[in-house]
Amino acid sequence: MSAPETPPTPRDETAGDVFSGENRARLELDAKDVIARYPKPRSALLPLLHLVQSEEGFVSTAGIAFCAEQLGITTAEVTAVATFYTMYKRRPVGDYHVGVCTNPLCAVMGGDEIFAGLKEHLDVGNDETTADGKITLEHLECNAACDFAPVVMVNWEFFDDQTPESAKKLVDDLRLGKDVKPTRGPNSLCTWKQASRVLAGFDDGRAAEGPQAGAPSLAGLEVARERGWRAPEPAAAPAPADEEDAE
Amino acid sequence: MTTLTPILSRNWDRPDSFTLAAYRETGGYEALRAALGMTPDAIVDLVKASGLRGRGGAGFPTGMKWGFLPKDNPNPRYLVVNADESEPGTCKDMPLLLANPHALVEGIAIASYAINSRNAFVYVRGEVLHVIRRLRNAVAEAYEAGLLGKDILGSGFDLDVVVHSGAGAYICGEETALLDSLEGYRGQPRLKPPFPAVAGLYASPTVVNNVESIASVPGIVANGADWFTSMGTEKSAGFGFFSLSGHVTRPGQYEAPLGVTLRELLEMAGGVRDGRRLKFWTPGGSSTPIFTEEHLDIPLDFESVGAAGSMLGTRALQIFDETTSVVRAVRGWIEFYAHESCGKCTPCREGNFWMAQVLRRIEAGKGTEEDVAKLLDICDNLLGRSFCALGDGATSPVTSAIKYFREEFIAGTHTPAWELFPYQRTTRWASESVEEDA
Repeated sequence: MSAPETPPTPRDETAGDVFSGENRARLELDAKDVIARYPKPRSALLPLLHLVQSEEGFVSTAGIAFCAEQLGITTAEVTAVATFYTMYKRRPVGDYHVGVCTNPLCAVMGGDEIFAGLKEHLDVGNDETTADGKITLEHLECNAACDFAPVVMVNWEFFDDQTPESAKKLVDDLRLGKDVKPTRGPNSLCTWKQASRVLAGFDDGRAAEGPQAGAPSLAGLEVARERGWRAPEPAAAPAPADEEDAE
Repeated sequence: MTTLTPILSRNWDRPDSFTLAAYRETGGYEALRAALGMTPDAIVDLVKASGLRGRGGAGFPTGMKWGFLPKDNPNPRYLVVNADESEPGTCKDMPLLLANPHALVEGIAIASYAINSRNAFVYVRGEVLHVIRRLRNAVAEAYEAGLLGKDILGSGFDLDVVVHSGAGAYICGEETALLDSLEGYRGQPRLKPPFPAVAGLYASPTVVNNVESIASVPGIVANGADWFTSMGTEKSAGFGFFSLSGHVTRPGQYEAPLGVTLRELLEMAGGVRDGRRLKFWTPGGSSTPIFTEEHLDIPLDFESVGAAGSMLGTRALQIFDETTSVVRAVRGWIEFYAHESCGKCTPCREGNFWMAQVLRRIEAGKGTEEDVAKLLDICDNLLGRSFCALGDGATSPVTSAIKYFREEFIAGTHTPAWELFPYQRTTRWASESVEEDA
């Protein structure tokens, strides 16, 4: 289970054409939009890194230079930030980033077994990409969905309550291009690049898709409804907000 | 007997609960209207009177935090909401934002008005794409309805709210690291003082509050401080989410008054899975010392949990039954801290790195006679010797697990943990095999 970390492969120095010509002009407009959200431009660095990742699928040397130019800071300053945060990838990532939570709660509930099973099934190690370029596998730390353990994230969408079998089927479906639906997310998966664009702050209009809550999120509410438990009424305040519940 | 008090979660079973229309149908934004008719100081006093304490782990009184902003500082003031929920076991703010983001947005508007801030930021962890969509959408809906932006509800009060996605770093849940990250730097903690109230975002007066703290404010404004203090205990007023996870029949979110016990919560959640026995649990995430069966009746409020040797933290109740190796869990947590240590402070960076190695060999049954003492010695050199609470928190699982289960660490000198506690027995799908080992 403690597979040795793979040494970083040389960066894709040929990438980065995307930051020239007409595409650059478009991205500069996006960057202006991002920078304008903040009282001080440098605050835009994290979203700008998400933005360049949405173009190439990772943060290349050219992407770093683009960010530095937009903000008027050095590439060393941008690199220091890009290498600090685990969501920025310095090497190309597959179309689907599959993350398996192996923090103790999920690990004990089966995350360790799921991760080991996927490594074998996909024939990759941690932070490696399948030969067809479809899937990058990574183990994750706690993703704030412990009541749905064990949890798998694909392109940062929730796939709750997984088993080794369901996780293998999930990656098989992804590789075959079949429709895959997150348990608490939109009706279909977006790509890794599209996800990065959402993180940069550009909406994809899919907020209303998918359920409002999973079953564990409602566990306490259901017990309260069954047993007739409610929050206390405000003593002298005007009509409480949840009047219609009182039936 | 304590009963549940669904407040923030009361509308979560509506399929459209996350929309502005649904939120308004259940009284949403009435508190904002009321608040805008009050003076800002009156709102600060109201929140002080409610006794609301920070719901992000530390439990600092929210109203007092607001009151610390210096009156004579000419710089702009900022409200920053900490939505970086990453403490292992903590899973309350993300479902709240997914199902009911307007509770936070309304709370932001009220809190910003109270502290006289025109710019608020929500720093939300990046690894939760749909949560970010829902939150951004709620902010957009609120702007469109005149609940954010210029001249909110005709009051003359202006407020801009920016949803800012993080990029994967547990340390950014620490408030000063969060501010550095929001300024576009590596997320490393700052030495305090100065506290953010004096020199926070862009060195301006700043309030940093947790999602659940801010989302609790509209209810206090709408229903009064007495309503809030009618729940909970004298020093731990009000309600909060208790997040049950792990070896429990019905894991999930249970919104209850502070002071509820794990015994009561487990009864509501159908008990430990398959009638098994509780072995250990965290009261508030992995950074809070573990508890055992003997702590089932400790009231889960700040004072009682503290008096029993742990911390209420984020009420992240991770439940582990008798099949679980405590050495395995602690090894995993320390690998987490070693990975997430920002590296700024030597005791934290090095201490966790070395503890992870010692714990790996104990787990593999290859520990040495000195290893338990070695772990405790490293913890001694770590606790209280770093800028932020990450280092302190890392010692919690180690020292508490050795306190309650020293024999398991000793057994690690000769027998692998996976032989003592076969790992296939702990999984979610292992439950059907319970009879055969009974």
